[in-house]
Amino acid sequence: MATATVESSVTKSRVQPQSAQRQLSDRAIMNLFIWPTLLLLIAFNFFPLFYSLYLSFTNYRATATTAPVWLGIENYANILTSPDLWQAFTTSGKYVLFSVALQTIIGFALAMLVRGKFRGSGLITTLILIPMMLSPVVVGLFWKLMYNPNFGYFNYLIGMGQEGSLDMIASRMFNQPVPNLALAAVILVDVWMWSPFVMLLVLSGLNAIPDYLYEAAAIDRASSWFQFWHITLPQVKPLLLIAVLFRTIEALKSFDLVMGMTGGGPGNQTELVAVYLYRVAFLGQFRSGYASALAYIILIIVIAISNLYIRNLNRAKGA
Amino acid sequence: MFPTTYYLIRQAMSNVSLSNITKKFRAVTALDDVSFRVNDGEFFVLLGPTGAGKTTTLRVIAGLEKQDVGSVAFDDEAVDTFTPADRDVAFVFQQYSLYPTMSVYDNLAFPLRSPVHRVPEDEIKIKIRSVAEILRIAHLLERKTARLSGGEMQRVSIGRAIVRDPRVFLMDEPLSNLDAKLRESLRVELKHLQKTLGKTILYVTHDQIEALTMADRIAVLNEGQIVQQGTPDDIYDRPATTFVAQLVGTPRINLLEAARQDGQVIIRNSALTLDAPQQKIPDTLLLGIRPEDIKLSAQGKFAGKVMLKEPLGVETVLHIQSGSQNLLALVPGMTDVKIGDAVNFNIADDKLHFFDTKRNRLNA
Repeated sequence: MATATVESSVTKSRVQPQSAQRQLSDRAIMNLFIWPTLLLLIAFNFFPLFYSLYLSFTNYRATATTAPVWLGIENYANILTSPDLWQAFTTSGKYVLFSVALQTIIGFALAMLVRGKFRGSGLITTLILIPMMLSPVVVGLFWKLMYNPNFGYFNYLIGMGQEGSLDMIASRMFNQPVPNLALAAVILVDVWMWSPFVMLLVLSGLNAIPDYLYEAAAIDRASSWFQFWHITLPQVKPLLLIAVLFRTIEALKSFDLVMGMTGGGPGNQTELVAVYLYRVAFLGQFRSGYASALAYIILIIVIAISNLYIRNLNRAKGA
Repeated sequence: MFPTTYYLIRQAMSNVSLSNITKKFRAVTALDDVSFRVNDGEFFVLLGPTGAGKTTTLRVIAGLEKQDVGSVAFDDEAVDTFTPADRDVAFVFQQYSLYPTMSVYDNLAFPLRSPVHRVPEDEIKIKIRSVAEILRIAHLLERKTARLSGGEMQRVSIGRAIVRDPRVFLMDEPLSNLDAKLRESLRVELKHLQKTLGKTILYVTHDQIEALTMADRIAVLNEGQIVQQGTPDDIYDRPATTFVAQLVGTPRINLLEAARQDGQVIIRNSALTLDAPQQKIPDTLLLGIRPEDIKLSAQGKFAGKVMLKEPLGVETVLHIQSGSQNLLALVPGMTDVKIGDAVNFNIADDKLHFFDTKRNRLNA
């Protein structure tokens, strides 16, 4: 005990001159680092989040000078009974379904292709990854040019080069309206842009599969189809599900690409929920309360879908 | 035993012969002119240190790797152009190569369900039942393989190999990932299984105890070349080179530099002198003495001092110094000899191993 006291008094005397230099305590340093971040988060994340939740129950308009009036669930009721919204949801549904499905299939196929090491495989993988590094608005704009019916490269490639025969963005073919062509055009670009993302995740899953599993299967006389179905797919499944989850969430809130390409048109053919939300919130009427309610509905749907996936993902991992 | 093993016994012959196999990986020669023959129903062990080319040999036989030179034949029919599936071998990998998403039952059924075999499901059931009984994994059949312990997984992998009734079993250090106790019991099980089923097994290991205990015949591989082939007795009692002599046997063989002089063999840097054998031996040589051939005795011809003592229970290893030479001696049971004691001992003359300076065996 005696030595312990001596020691502690020694350390104390050693500490003394330091605190005389007015050093910050650990706690003070911690606060110094944390609070600015927290304040920013509160100002730009938490406050808008809860304020918009409040606004979603009011008739607030961002352009109006009057105070918001409490409406209760009227906004929500109006939205859920509005045919416009269901139209937007249907469009979004189609968009999510086709673009995610195609991205998954194409991404998986690409991963299988570049999986083996061959001359230039690294370079090819990098090249394939380029689309997802671009800004969606830029992608939208240059694909708009590529789709151009008069000088676009796309029509030329698919053999519809004659002037005016196909206008994807305007949903017209031979001057006749063809429904959903514009939506297909947007889906195609989204697939072009994000299949590499799926490929990247699947590739990391594929590389983690040990060779001896395939060798054992080869010796057991399993067909390559069987090997894919029972070795490759189950081993890659967790990562594939993560890729699908990310892509679904992203596709549900897809906005910039569509705005860059079609702005929601022609008519409302490519008006996804996020685009619809944007129109309600910022174009013409500035119905901020109504738009907030709509945003919350979308948020709830995204969370619900994500939860379904995550539950599935956990089951896949547990197996 | 009859009802359970009945479904697994097949009469077909299967021997494997390798002739002049050479395999290079870029600049590295993994196998250099390897030839041997595994007879039908034989437990053949390939023994060698890490990197000797044992696994490569197995993979060449299985068709997972293609040799550069030479030929592999099953029942004297060359199989060099055959795919792994066509060769009809079973391979037990060092890592438990089970299909992770399937149950134990489905893993075992897997090779039988392959389109080549097309075994009816009720027959599969009978076969799996009997294999599971032999390997004592019957209670695990419904379980997912991810939830098994190492020993259970390896038993399932072995089960997947024997359920199929292949021409030959190739086993690549199947026990090396298991703990000592389990390794010992599976060693016995494997040997027993091989004897009851009468299968041809080619077994790779770096563990000399596994080789000595299980093998009918052993081939010792070093740096891609076969150093010696023979029964465990041959390998242990008549090692062809100092490499083999040092590879098998624990504690290690005493290898001493010696010189022949006036009908005697004088061990360098020691007071030890032995009678030269009848046969002709060169002037300078290496003398090998197994630790168990050094016998303590109060009237022993030689004297030394105990430097270290390792009691192992069944036996005790003594490090005896004579001159500046250190000899390992093995005495049965525990002993009351203490470190620092002066001891006398004899060396069994008839068990001496003579090697020339190129490290090859001299005596027959």
